[in-house]
Amino acid sequence: MTLFWQILIDGFAISSLYALGATGFALIFGVSGVLNLSHGALMVAAVVAAWAAGDQLHVGPYAGAAIGVVIGFAASLLTYFLIVRPLQQSSKIREEEKEIFILTATLLWGIMLQELIAYLYTNNAKTVAPIVEGVVSIAGVRTPSNEIFTAIVCWLVIAVLWLLVNRTRAGKAVLAASMNPRGVTLLGIELSQVYIAVWAMYGVLVGVAGVLLGMFLGVSSYSVGPLTASAFAIVVLGGLGSVSGALIAAYVVGYLETLTAYLISPAYRTIPALLLLVAVMYVRPRGLLGRR
Amino acid sequence: MNKSFSRAASAMLSVGAAVAALTLATPGYAQSSGPIKIGVIAEAQAVAGSSIPQAAQMAADEINAAGGVNGRKIEIITYDDHSSAAEAVRAFQRAANEDHVNAVIASYISEVVLALEPWTGRLKTVMVTPGAASDVITQNIAKDYNNLKYTFHGYLTSTSLADQVCDASKDLLVKDLHMKSAVVMSEDAAWTTPLDAEYLNCLPKIGLKVVDHIRFSPDTTDFTPIFNKIEGEKPDVIVTGISHVGVQPTVQWKQQEVPIPMIGISSQATNSSFWNDTNGATEGVLYQAVSGPGVAVTPKTLPFVAAFNKRFGNNPSYCGYTAYDEVYYIADAIKRGGTDPDKLVDALEKTHYVGTIGTVEFKGKDSPNPHALKIGGTTIPGLMLQWQDGKQINLWPANVANGKMKFPKFIKVGSAD
Repeated sequence: MTLFWQILIDGFAISSLYALGATGFALIFGVSGVLNLSHGALMVAAVVAAWAAGDQLHVGPYAGAAIGVVIGFAASLLTYFLIVRPLQQSSKIREEEKEIFILTATLLWGIMLQELIAYLYTNNAKTVAPIVEGVVSIAGVRTPSNEIFTAIVCWLVIAVLWLLVNRTRAGKAVLAASMNPRGVTLLGIELSQVYIAVWAMYGVLVGVAGVLLGMFLGVSSYSVGPLTASAFAIVVLGGLGSVSGALIAAYVVGYLETLTAYLISPAYRTIPALLLLVAVMYVRPRGLLGRR
Repeated sequence: MNKSFSRAASAMLSVGAAVAALTLATPGYAQSSGPIKIGVIAEAQAVAGSSIPQAAQMAADEINAAGGVNGRKIEIITYDDHSSAAEAVRAFQRAANEDHVNAVIASYISEVVLALEPWTGRLKTVMVTPGAASDVITQNIAKDYNNLKYTFHGYLTSTSLADQVCDASKDLLVKDLHMKSAVVMSEDAAWTTPLDAEYLNCLPKIGLKVVDHIRFSPDTTDFTPIFNKIEGEKPDVIVTGISHVGVQPTVQWKQQEVPIPMIGISSQATNSSFWNDTNGATEGVLYQAVSGPGVAVTPKTLPFVAAFNKRFGNNPSYCGYTAYDEVYYIADAIKRGGTDPDKLVDALEKTHYVGTIGTVEFKGKDSPNPHALKIGGTTIPGLMLQWQDGKQINLWPANVANGKMKFPKFIKVGSAD
């Protein structure tokens, strides 16, 4: 019975974190059709910034976490203005080729960030000083308070995002743009403004997800590739561009991994989720809730 | 995704490099006048690796300031291999064929050193590793001595590492704390295969029953299930074999408040930056090392650490100590035997050098591990340290101990049985 609760609790925390990480990734693709392969690098940048603030500027855990989120936000906007936007607006690249150009550019940008982080702060793993410490007992399972904190913050941020998208004018424009970009421009809304709004939202999501990941598990510059790959896999499983699909897929992947780690072996943790992804590609290529 | 792409690319490149090397390379012979060149192959972005070229350069500068070797200066040429075997092989070929080095100091990763080993024979170039551990490196020399005798193992083999952990555990855990059982927890890598085999052999002998043996993938990020499983088995201690990972299991051990102490090999814990990298989660972690801050293993240890710290602003990693010694004993061997590769091998085999981690002597041709370091007693004593309040405190052996063992509150020593 303890095992059941252990899997339930651990699976929930890690799945919530996956959900938060993948939501932003799905949002960007849904709205602007950009597959941002620098996703992992932006998350790692937020973690390393939060760690460095604590280690070198000796700020407290709250300030450290805030600095991490700000850097994630700034890095996201920098990615948009420096990498994505010039390619989107270029007249030298044919429209139908832009997607692949942006895909390649974000991949290379991610590698550049990864190397820069490794050069400045070595490739050793870093962890962010946790805001809450200690453990509590839930159904007989000794659970780190930080794990509960992680899950709560993830869901708060996702709830705020939901409110933003469904209840504010800017958010509704973002939602509309994901359904029909041309329609949005006909309504007199500047698409590039929508893009800036969505990259700003994404920046906050990446920053928060990164800092929480840094507190919960810790990351190194090596994590850049796997983090991007896991967000990509979750989003493909959920249906490219579907935020709710990404949320469901995050829990499917999170629990599948946790079950494998507990019941089979931690060494095979990621394998069943990848097999599931392959199976979904065969049976239902548009993913769980995909529209395209 | 990008990783597998770059792997494929580097695989293709290395095939290309191998073809080029086979067609072009008649072994490049090092010059017998001019400076003595020592190649250093290591990853500069890793904490362990970055100390290697720095310490080697420091040793070379000291030797040069004292007049060099038989009037010749020592020149260090560094190559960054990004811990990739393919890149390291290319660097080794370049060092031997183009830069005509007299010897190479290479890598702390067993997989990389194992890839370089055959090239030491093909290019007749002496190589000493400052940090790799796998026993297979020296077992290969035993199987093919004439070809692979150019390889020297300048760091402890995995079996020796496990033996030192057992020796220390016998005194610290079994005698002092009456512990009876252990779980072995190691990352899945070339160096831990012989390490774990020796753990499983020596732990029962000192009175610690091994109740489980867990090997996990080095890219594991969530250790919660592993620690939960171990806790369920109620061992008195967790015996570790970790190097590629370190920060993450340590942080999660603390965060989850796993009530079982950890002892063993935790290479990253030897770095002075480990406290900050883990935000202090490493409090109470016990780890084997060949050196430690403030521990005068030999009269050379502390002056080296002070000079290193003054010059580079941090303490050397474990490979820094060995790389520093290696430049000295390579220089010493060249002084005695000259730069001819075969004569240099003969001279290195006769090494008796008091360095920073003990007295360096290599096991002979007839040993099952030729060119491995002799361990224990008057050679390399080895230490067992513990992180306490941001400091690395040495606990073992007693004659060089500078503190007493203590654990954070969540550790329950002896409550498991």
